[in-house]
Amino acid sequence: MSFTVFATAIISAMLINNVILMQFLGICPFLGVSKKSSSAVGMSAAVLFVMVIASAVTYTIYDLVLYPFDIPYISTIAFILVIASLVQFVEMVIKKFSKPLYKSLGIYLPLITTNCAILGVSEGNITGIWTETMPYWEGLFTAVSVSVGTGLGFGLIIFAFSSIREKLDGSNVPASWKGVPISLVVAGIMSLAFLGLAGII
Amino acid sequence: MSKKENFLKGFLKENPIFVFLLGMCPALAVTATFETSLGMGLLVVFVLTGSNIVVSLVKGFIPDQVRTPAYIVIIATFVTVVKMLTFAYAIELYDALGVFLPLIVVNCLILGRAEAFASKNNVLDSTIDGIGMGLGFTFALVVIGVFREFLATGGIQWGVYLPFFVDAPIHLFTLDWIINLFTDGFIIADYGLAVFSLPPGAFIALGIILAGFQFKKSRQIKRELEEKKKLIAERKRQALEKKKEKALAAAKLAKAGE
Repeated sequence: MSFTVFATAIISAMLINNVILMQFLGICPFLGVSKKSSSAVGMSAAVLFVMVIASAVTYTIYDLVLYPFDIPYISTIAFILVIASLVQFVEMVIKKFSKPLYKSLGIYLPLITTNCAILGVSEGNITGIWTETMPYWEGLFTAVSVSVGTGLGFGLIIFAFSSIREKLDGSNVPASWKGVPISLVVAGIMSLAFLGLAGII
Repeated sequence: MSKKENFLKGFLKENPIFVFLLGMCPALAVTATFETSLGMGLLVVFVLTGSNIVVSLVKGFIPDQVRTPAYIVIIATFVTVVKMLTFAYAIELYDALGVFLPLIVVNCLILGRAEAFASKNNVLDSTIDGIGMGLGFTFALVVIGVFREFLATGGIQWGVYLPFFVDAPIHLFTLDWIINLFTDGFIIADYGLAVFSLPPGAFIALGIILAGFQFKKSRQIKRELEEKKKLIAERKRQALEKKKEKALAAAKLAKAGE
């Protein structure tokens, strides 16, 4: 448990292995919610919030329940159920304790259950962290650092992309490229730029 | 809707990727080669058909309030089955698909079909819908996969990830065969656009294909508009002729009356 682990995980998850541009997780909100930068910020805050809690909970379940009892093969079923109920639970808690936060995040929370970035990070954690050789707290710390980095990377890209898209709406695009096709090409160019960051760690 | 229409609608008219933009994550992530896209597509066909059958069988028992979690559990069960089968029989494909194999659970296409079709129709129709939609999804993935692999390496390979029917990897097609008719010792792989096998190429390739679809669609809309205009003009002409005939007939009557 150290700062080096945390910093390495954040930089590699946020910039090098970016969740949208390199791993293709969460493409649906990337294309769906990125029309305005305000909704992009709300969505990425909700994703960061749920992602950190979900990866902590799913890693705990895997390390303390599924792995010792030798049933890791039901991880997919267990994780999706945990994430779906967790999202509902988080929604209720926010509604009860913080009205302004609920107002800004509320409409994005139900969409998150089907966001593949959350399940993808949870599944990636259990294949990337070696439960046999690591004590529980260390693994949990790594999982949470990776999820913080991934959430920040998601927010960075979706915000940058929504700004580009606002500008793109006013420009003169050929009829057959309007909408999703030109957005995908723009995302491809952004991805090319991020490819240049590979190898800095 | 007839059974044949039900089966064929997934290919072009209601194609999940090209028309509805559902399941974009696997469409970008696993389409680096022809084989991985075909493998992913067939796994989705299996999961979609299985979940459609089970959902349409149990649709009467599930209370309406908890139907989404129930459907997710059914889908997750089939995904676990598929995961184990792939691990046992095609380990190369399992490694290549990686995290996208368990992520079939959150593919919007499967939950969408369970919600929109299988929970309202009988078992036979749901099975046909599952196979048709799944094959439509496979078709879209294979189109993207062939496009990307061909641009990246100049050929299509078989046997690397799906080691069936052949002992060693073979080329189904390469440009070498054509070019080597004219010159000797040319290797197209050295001149491939490698970026198309990397993440940026996925976005750009899908963008190009979707633009092609939009171009076709816009032309079709234009044609339909022109046909409509022609029809309206024809109707106007007919109405005018009728008016003239009526006026002529009236004039004749008036003459006869005199």
